[in-house]
Amino acid sequence: MSKSPDLTTLIFGRLTWDAIPLHVPILLWTFIAVMLGAVAVLGALTYFRLWGYLWREWFTSIDHKKIGIMYIVLGLVMLLRGFADAIMMRLQQAISFGHSVGYLPPEHYDQIFTAHGVIMILFVAMPLVTGIMNYVVPLQIGARDVAFPFLNNFSFWMTTAGALLVMMSLFVGEFARTGWLAYPPLSGIAQSPDVGVDYYIWALQIAGVGTLLSGINLLVTIVKMRAPGMRLMKMPMFVWTALCTNVLIVAAFPVLTAVLALLALDRYVGTNFFTTVLGGNAMMYVNLIWIWGHPEVYILILPAFGIFSEVVPTFSRKRLFGYASMVYASVVITVLAYLVWLHHFFTMGSGASVNSFFGITTMIISIPTGAKLFNWLFTMYRGRITFEVPMLWTIAFMVTFTLGGMTGVMLAVPPADFALHNSLFLVAHFHNVIIGGVLFGLFAGINFWFPKAFGFRLDPFWGKCSFWFWVTGFYFAFMPLYVLGMMGVTRRLSHFDDPSLQIWFQIAAFGAVLIALGILCMLIQFYVSFRRREALRDHTGDPWDARTLEWSTSSPPPVYNFAFTPQIHDTDAWWQMKQHNYRRPVDGFLAIHMPKNTGAGIVLAGISMVFGFAMIWHMWLLVALSFLALLVVAIGHTFNYERDYYIPADEVTRVEALRTEQLASHV
Amino acid sequence: MSIKALRGLLLPAVAVLTGCNTVLMSPSGDVALQQRDLIVTSTLLMLIIIVPVIALTLLFAWRYRASNKAAAYDPEWDHSTMLELLIWSAPLLIIIALGALTWVSTHKLDPYRPLDRLSAGHPVPTGVKPLTVDVVALDWKWLFIYPEQGIATVNEVAAPVDRPIEFKITASTVMNSFFIPALAGQIYAMPGMETKLQAVINKPGDFEGFSANYSGAGFSGMRFTFRGMSEDQFAQWVQQAKAGGALNREQYLELAHPSENDPVSRYASVAPGLFETIVDGCVRPDAVCIDGMAAPSAGAANNMPAMSEHPMSTMTSAKDSTGHSSASEVDSTAAKPASRPL
Repeated sequence: MSKSPDLTTLIFGRLTWDAIPLHVPILLWTFIAVMLGAVAVLGALTYFRLWGYLWREWFTSIDHKKIGIMYIVLGLVMLLRGFADAIMMRLQQAISFGHSVGYLPPEHYDQIFTAHGVIMILFVAMPLVTGIMNYVVPLQIGARDVAFPFLNNFSFWMTTAGALLVMMSLFVGEFARTGWLAYPPLSGIAQSPDVGVDYYIWALQIAGVGTLLSGINLLVTIVKMRAPGMRLMKMPMFVWTALCTNVLIVAAFPVLTAVLALLALDRYVGTNFFTTVLGGNAMMYVNLIWIWGHPEVYILILPAFGIFSEVVPTFSRKRLFGYASMVYASVVITVLAYLVWLHHFFTMGSGASVNSFFGITTMIISIPTGAKLFNWLFTMYRGRITFEVPMLWTIAFMVTFTLGGMTGVMLAVPPADFALHNSLFLVAHFHNVIIGGVLFGLFAGINFWFPKAFGFRLDPFWGKCSFWFWVTGFYFAFMPLYVLGMMGVTRRLSHFDDPSLQIWFQIAAFGAVLIALGILCMLIQFYVSFRRREALRDHTGDPWDARTLEWSTSSPPPVYNFAFTPQIHDTDAWWQMKQHNYRRPVDGFLAIHMPKNTGAGIVLAGISMVFGFAMIWHMWLLVALSFLALLVVAIGHTFNYERDYYIPADEVTRVEALRTEQLASHV
Repeated sequence: MSIKALRGLLLPAVAVLTGCNTVLMSPSGDVALQQRDLIVTSTLLMLIIIVPVIALTLLFAWRYRASNKAAAYDPEWDHSTMLELLIWSAPLLIIIALGALTWVSTHKLDPYRPLDRLSAGHPVPTGVKPLTVDVVALDWKWLFIYPEQGIATVNEVAAPVDRPIEFKITASTVMNSFFIPALAGQIYAMPGMETKLQAVINKPGDFEGFSANYSGAGFSGMRFTFRGMSEDQFAQWVQQAKAGGALNREQYLELAHPSENDPVSRYASVAPGLFETIVDGCVRPDAVCIDGMAAPSAGAANNMPAMSEHPMSTMTSAKDSTGHSSASEVDSTAAKPASRPL
């Protein structure tokens, strides 16, 4: 590093033209396609003069609703990238047999499965989950925004900055070739001297700051900002699961930050936390990363459970069965989430007692989870079920997730895990619970709350097409992997010798194509719904005849959510209000105190991204400059005293009068 | 007994469901066989709860569809203490059964625990010493050292049928996982650590072995053959290796260079203490032994003045504190001063 510190090295670090993969045709064409797409989008934005609008109304917005929507857009865009990786892997494994080596050399294939895991968990599932919580939680608790509105905007842009770094690694340098958790020694400087792991570290660190801050924000929001009367045991189930999830985020993400910081120290300054010499030990990394990693999967699944707990009662026209036991189940899962991490590495050689302990705690989690399933089941019992798209996703979830839970408990038996660990059986299992649980839940949630966010429902025909392609595609793609796991096939292989395996990989690839059609139908669904928005318009604000407070507002809700803070008497607050012939107030409005937009979040995140990029490429001058800029902007922002404003009472009266008119004309 | 009977009845059905005679469902080693039984038993136990849940989901969804006005509708019904008790206790009972099974089987099938049987009904005869095989995961091939026979092989390992085998496992640079599905479950191979696996092969034949933990570019080709054979054949196999060259430290360092899809090769002799020095990370003449850092030896002290004691520096760290065999591990892996390169 310090041969002769000439100017070029100081400025560009180790970035040279060689880092741009002009010699790899796949990447080159992807790059050209992405660039053409980007130019088209940017050109259109400029042509339609949307920059100012986007900046004022979205990028600098501190409105939790807009930030929620931006999170979901980020998640869906990254889903396309993560899925592109998935289908490339499926294709490679379907053709790479015997003399054929497929079309991806190992160094490329290994980046793809690493990127797929990182993107799908941290930049698809996390933004989608956070986005839905951001949108729904304040509305469900009768609040006007989150506790720290600026922080919310900043969190979103930090997550986006992390996602952009991962995307950048596609065309500038390379991504990690280590698997999505980057175990050392493989991720150490000796085995991975290039920039891949550094991209991984800084993308996750920057996004991790966003996730942690957003977790604190939502936690405080739920604890402090509930409408009067909403005691803890009167909170909607989704708010409960959001609370549990954010407790998990606040407790788990600092561990990720710490472990990645230690890995960064090993790589940058030559410490030996995770090396095999000088007292370092890679097993510490494996433990630490899973102490974050296991709660992480519950961070994803709990909000999905919350979504199902809203969807099932709404579409069964019935109260949620066993509310209290649902709450306790969520809390038990939250606590147990911290007591199971070792089940990810039974095969590391722990003693039988330690392995049994963690195996049994893992199995215990299936008890509250099973109770939750039964509760949804008995919510459907003696209901009046309508099969709208969110309910279809829910039923598919209940069947699919139960299977995934069963294979999960199989893996929790340590001696069985010795045979199944790291196999395609494991891969099938976690896709079974993450697709069948988290993703199905998120799709149910998106279809459920879309009319609230945009004022029109999503087209049900294309929604059902997407649903059927996804569900059948899932079974075609992952059931063969269970079988392959039983045949002793391990994960992350880019080439096979045994021709008898090929048929199963071909079936799985077929399944991936079906899922691609499912994603395509979803995009068509958005487009068609937008075109047919007048026909699909929701004038009432309550298109599903639903039960919780968000449905008492207009669709989309006004900036201030609630003109008057509602009084809560029941877990199904809005349902109870409807039962008691609630009349919305039509006069006597007061001015409403609201936070002001600010560009500080996007600026700070932008500088953080530059800082991360400079660290990755060892551009020390830029590192110093961007760090300084970060401090200056952050301190400067604290001197911004114009943070709030009042919406005048007249304006509130005008908005509410429009709503009254709209309701009257469509009853 | 009833579970055994049930197993006998349902095993063929499960086998068909999981793709007929897959290696995990019809293994050739007793340890893998017991693990198979465990997979099957736990699946059956869970099906007791899984099948009703899936069936009820579909049944309720159909029966209480909005268009079926004949079905009862009870919009305010949201609690039943009896049902709540049932839905918490039914999974609880299954998990109690499964938990007990887990505790017992995890201890019985602990890869560190010496075998007590060769197969069902055949205990290990007294006085039989297990065949020791030292395993080193290299980039990206497998080195097997036979300390008793004094030979070594690459990408091929053999053992006589019905004789307990004790694998001592380590790695040169990155983590791998040593896995022969037909023989026994896997265990990680980690640099600077020694893990163990006890197993026995009951049928002669050639079986696939490989690394089950991604380890870099050559990972896909990191495969070897495990050969179960009669005592006579095994003796011949050893003789075959005796025709090869010697594996001393220089040759080991040569072999340890990253390479992919290596053919089988054999060595007639092995430098004494080679495996222990690999575990200690000090085959290279200028390297400091991990184990040696704790000892106040002159060379180590010169290189590493700041290092004194480190509890994680021996391979006992691969075992938890309750591990029953940690004492013997220290003994077996503490390199003799005479064999030290420094």
